[in-house]
Amino acid sequence: MTSSLTVENLSVRFRLPGATVHAVSDASFAVRQGECLALVGESGCGKSVMAHALMGLLPGNATVTGSAWLRTGDAPPLDLIAAPERVLARTVRGRRIGLVPQSPAAHLTPVRTARAQLAEALRELGSPATADELAARAGLDPAQLDRYPHQLSGGMAQRVVNAIALAGDPWLIVADEPTSGLDRPLVDATMAELRRLADDGRAVLLITHDLRAAERVADHIAVMYASRVVSHAPAAEFFAGPRHPYAAGLLEALPSRSFTAIPGRPPELTDLPKGCAFRPRCARSTDACSESPEAGPVACHHPLEHHVAR
Amino acid sequence: MLRADGIAVSYGRQRVLRDADLTVAPGVVTGLAGPSGCGKSTLARVLALMLRPDGGRLTVDGTEVRRWRQRAARDLRTKVALIFQQPRLAVDPRLTLREIAEEPFHATGRPPGPAADLADEVGLTPELLVRRPHEVSDGQLQRACVARALALRPRYVICDEMTTMLDASTQAHLVARLEAYRTETGAGILAITHDDELLTRWTGPSEGPIVRMG
Ligand code: SF4
Repeated sequence: MTSSLTVENLSVRFRLPGATVHAVSDASFAVRQGECLALVGESGCGKSVMAHALMGLLPGNATVTGSAWLRTGDAPPLDLIAAPERVLARTVRGRRIGLVPQSPAAHLTPVRTARAQLAEALRELGSPATADELAARAGLDPAQLDRYPHQLSGGMAQRVVNAIALAGDPWLIVADEPTSGLDRPLVDATMAELRRLADDGRAVLLITHDLRAAERVADHIAVMYASRVVSHAPAAEFFAGPRHPYAAGLLEALPSRSFTAIPGRPPELTDLPKGCAFRPRCARSTDACSESPEAGPVACHHPLEHHVAR
Repeated sequence: MLRADGIAVSYGRQRVLRDADLTVAPGVVTGLAGPSGCGKSTLARVLALMLRPDGGRLTVDGTEVRRWRQRAARDLRTKVALIFQQPRLAVDPRLTLREIAEEPFHATGRPPGPAADLADEVGLTPELLVRRPHEVSDGQLQRACVARALALRPRYVICDEMTTMLDASTQAHLVARLEAYRTETGAGILAITHDDELLTRWTGPSEGPIVRMG
């Protein structure tokens, strides 16, 4: 049976003195083996909180509602939101879900070889695999494992952290801004690696602010704005013409397109407007938009015409 | 002109720059491209008088720079501003966004007048100005850094991968802000990025040159 993650009506709130942060609101999406879903949005829209919620890594002042069903082969499905920390630590993190961190360089210990770091990850998970096998899984040449991090090119360092994420042979990879601060060739190499993992039959959830990176790897694009998933579409359809006004504005802002910013600024997550959160910035808004649009593939009362890709 | 001639920089035994030349002319956007590790950021710090090179000459509008960092002549130092890739590493985490944007005034003993206007121009609200870095997003923090960089009306602004961490709309907004500043004041901009699409788009309107390193 295909393994999958199905997130349903997930909401995350943080209580602060005198305020509540609406970090994720009523988010639903799914990702299956063999697929890559990119969750795209600007910094502070809630996308990283989503990743942390799925891994059970939120701080104590967070309240999470909704569900995130992890279906691993024929094993009984597990709701990541309801599961106790003990279960997440023993059976989920590293084993079913592998996390590719933000900065490969910061995640490798400079004074130990790649091989030593892979061996340690395997030992921690009690895995019978060898560092060589793990290297092969991540597309690394075992001969390069005896190098220290500073002797690795950026692309190789990326493969080493991928290999560490793969140590417990997880079928779902969560990559949280894996290209932050990398130059374009390295971004492309990292995306190619993630694509390879998906083509190998894993599921990849890519969290990024970089639409161009997402375009290189994703089968589906979900766009988050002010804590909500406002647009969810197959990648080809999305890049041919997003139907949600915010998604369309974000794509148009790319230097290769019109390079114009969306006017205004996103609302504070502590103070979301009533109705559609994009309303103050949206050229298409009407009175109807003072009611929240229903969550769905295009959470909007007046979606744009669908441009059909040719 | 902001002009670097034959700049050499080594960290310990490692030579990072050798004989680097670069000219940033007022009024245009000069692009600087190259892979990571080619020394672009090191050159940026030399141009902003923040790093003393081991060799070579730097002149700002014809005056040769002889002292660096805090010891550099104040009128030279305030002529060049630098905006970094990672705003979190470029600010004092204890300061509010308003204090960050106004830092140059305190450092030079001038009264902070237009910083509030600047903050507004870069898209920060009064509520955001009282927050500290950990309470805002990267994009909001970078806006404060842009306000800080423009506070003393520099003749040259060096943008070192200024928008790499930011979403497309925030990137377009900050680049537009710098372009408005350039057209209004005739300042010279050095746009350092490995992103060719951004580079062509940004240098294009001013027909500035693109220099490649590494
Ligand atoms: S619901 Fe209304 S305000 Fe919101 S994006 Fe759609 S048209 Fe714009």
